[in-house]
Amino acid sequence: MKIVLIMQRLILTLLGVSFVGVSLLAFTGQASAQPAWMPKPPKAIGGQCDLDPKIMRKTHMNLLDHKRDQTMHDGIRTKKFSLKNCIACHAVKDESNKFVTIKDERHFCRSCHDYVAVRMDCFDCHASRPGDAMNKAAKAAGNPHDKSAGVSSMGKAGDTTVVTLRKFIAGEAK
Amino acid sequence: MAETYRQLREYNNSFNILLVLHVVVIAIGLGAAFYMEHNGHVVTGMNNQVVWGLPHVFAIFLIVSASGALNLASASSVFSKLAYKRFARLSAILAIALLIGGLVVLLLDLGRPDRLIIAMTYYNFKSIFAWNIILYTGFITIVGIYLWTMMDKTVARFNKVAGWGAFVWRIILTTGTGSIFGFLVAREAYDAAIMAPLFISASFVYGMAFTVWVLITMCQATGHRLLTRDVSTKLRELFIIFIAAMLYFTAVQHLTNLYAAEHIGVERYILWSGSVFTWLFWVGHVFIGALLPLMILMKPDFGSSRVGLTSASILMLLGGMAHIYVIVIGGQSYPLSLFPGMEVTSTFQDGVFGTYMPTLPELLLGLAGVSIAMFIVGFALKILPFLPSPVEEDQ
Amino acid sequence: MISLKPDQIQPVAQNTNTNDGKIRDAKTREDSSRREFLKGSAAALALAPGMTLFAYGEAGAKPAAQAVTNKSRWGLLIDAAKFSDADVDACVKACQDENGWRDNGRPLTDAQWIRRVNLKNKKTEEKFSLPMMCQHCAEPPCVDVCPTGASFKRKDGIVLVDKHICIGCRYCMMACPYKARSFVHEHVEDQKEHAPRGIGTVESCTMCVHLVDEGKQPACVKAAPRGGMVFGDLNDKSSKLAQLIKSVATQQVRADLNLDPGVRYRNI
Repeated sequence: MKIVLIMQRLILTLLGVSFVGVSLLAFTGQASAQPAWMPKPPKAIGGQCDLDPKIMRKTHMNLLDHKRDQTMHDGIRTKKFSLKNCIACHAVKDESNKFVTIKDERHFCRSCHDYVAVRMDCFDCHASRPGDAMNKAAKAAGNPHDKSAGVSSMGKAGDTTVVTLRKFIAGEAK
Repeated sequence: MAETYRQLREYNNSFNILLVLHVVVIAIGLGAAFYMEHNGHVVTGMNNQVVWGLPHVFAIFLIVSASGALNLASASSVFSKLAYKRFARLSAILAIALLIGGLVVLLLDLGRPDRLIIAMTYYNFKSIFAWNIILYTGFITIVGIYLWTMMDKTVARFNKVAGWGAFVWRIILTTGTGSIFGFLVAREAYDAAIMAPLFISASFVYGMAFTVWVLITMCQATGHRLLTRDVSTKLRELFIIFIAAMLYFTAVQHLTNLYAAEHIGVERYILWSGSVFTWLFWVGHVFIGALLPLMILMKPDFGSSRVGLTSASILMLLGGMAHIYVIVIGGQSYPLSLFPGMEVTSTFQDGVFGTYMPTLPELLLGLAGVSIAMFIVGFALKILPFLPSPVEEDQ
Repeated sequence: MISLKPDQIQPVAQNTNTNDGKIRDAKTREDSSRREFLKGSAAALALAPGMTLFAYGEAGAKPAAQAVTNKSRWGLLIDAAKFSDADVDACVKACQDENGWRDNGRPLTDAQWIRRVNLKNKKTEEKFSLPMMCQHCAEPPCVDVCPTGASFKRKDGIVLVDKHICIGCRYCMMACPYKARSFVHEHVEDQKEHAPRGIGTVESCTMCVHLVDEGKQPACVKAAPRGGMVFGDLNDKSSKLAQLIKSVATQQVRADLNLDPGVRYRNI
């Protein structure tokens, strides 16, 4: 009996210590350079988001929910907080210069949702990558170097593709 | 007088085997539900013409039976038939268990069972379906309170009120369940107010058949007599009345539909065409579910014996499944009439009888619903005094 | 065009029409479909079909930030006489291309937002076909029965499924007299970004609501033969649709049910 009790206490203590340790690690990690295991969401094509990233991180689901009801029921189709526009702006390309779907773990949403283990069911119904129009815009502007550069090239300012896509997202190009 | 109720303590192995069996069936059924949810309804027999399949048949059957299972409790509390008081607790817990079993099947057959929370937070009060969700949860609550007033002496003075509440609620509940069909203007087989009383009369039969089945199983498991000769005779007589009432409402339902010229087609399809529903209706519902039990029950001695009541109950339950199957599946299988006077065809099963072949996962899910109900009852009997204590009288 | 920043505009639709809901529907039905159309002149008969494809007239698209109101009620007039089987199939194809649903070779479970219904008059043996889809009723049974309110009618009369709150109970499919709805029986991939559709939910014709909101016409209307389908505002007396409905004999499918469909037919 006694041995069992001691074992229990030991296990609990170990768990507690490791929990505190991990929390501390996470805390210090945020303050200084990001540790390798923290999620690294790819940069958006369109630059600065509608709101500060810190706020977006916490409230994007509420903003999307609110907008979804406005669009669905009232036909309000402004770009701000529309899932379609978020997807366009946060699109990520793969090695073959194609936008990745939610099946690819480099997808913007997955880069973080996988880490926090929160299931989204948005993409059971919604397209998880930009539609044909943006694809065409990207292709028209695509330079050959993109193919090798892959994912990281998407956020680089000055890249011709990025410039075109930015214009596309802003509604300037069709 | 000795204690009226008793917790299940001494029983033979058959009870344990039964419980284990139910757990296995439940596990398999949940697996089947997961398989259906994972792959989508494409792996079931359901399609865009017959949208509700075998799981709905089971679910509706169990929910209708739940209301009827309360018969003996209502008889004792509301109609002061003290002979049934000993069975009131069992009757109430069985009612709750059957309803939960039915609801689980209904839920797991949804396209998005993961959205249960939405079903509970978004209500369209024009929808009879939404009202049913309230009726079901309300039923569990009210019958739960009713049970409490039966089992706790400090609140026993509320027993009558709770009994009345539960009685009124169960009638409304079955009216609601029947109205799920009664309000469908598009489907010729439904769309009639008679669906509500028909469901109520059916609930009396199927619910009590479940009660008797459970009681006799428990006689078997404990090796004790739980039913007196007197009660057996009364149950026999009640069954006869309830079956007659159900047959009456079924006859009125079909005769009124036959009177309406535009509905003759669907009545011919169900009653006469030789389709699977014709067989299920006449052989399943009418013969096995009503006439055969009547023949058994009409014999005073055999009809009130253990064998007689058991076989009649099982026949009524089988017939009940056929009955609900004909209503749910048969009604959907008959094509919608979009353009009267025209022959209609399309690639979307317009103008043809809808095909539906139930698949194994659907059957397994449905059976799991029955097992969930039975397991809840079995488990409840073990932890609280629900069972009537054995009768000592000699036969 | 109004140039307000989208998010400075509040959705005010709820307040602009106080007589919303059932009362409104009943009124609209009386007023717009019958009385007002009947008392007008029959001059519209002379309108050449297909002359102005854009049924909106001068109205144009609504600003993206503006909520829809019940000022308009979108509807369709389908002239069965103008359709060959191939014409109907062209409409079906256009809908598939626009909204991304497709034939998976499983006719019992595959979704069909719009379909070709072949008719044969039992007495005259006359054969013809027509496109059939959601009739966008003013009194939609699917909306009445939906337990969560996922089936709903937009203020401008378009009946939709809010798939975010659809639990897949399929009661709306039981209730619809037109067999207009499909249940998504399997996983869907490569959806169109403007037409979300997914497993376990119910779907049907949206009257291409994403196009209508941009001031465009539904895909099937564009693919239909000249004058075969007229899209427009049933409430706007000057619209070509309203003019036609008041001047020619039109039919409602299952008119006996009094659902006041927004889709009307000719020459059935």
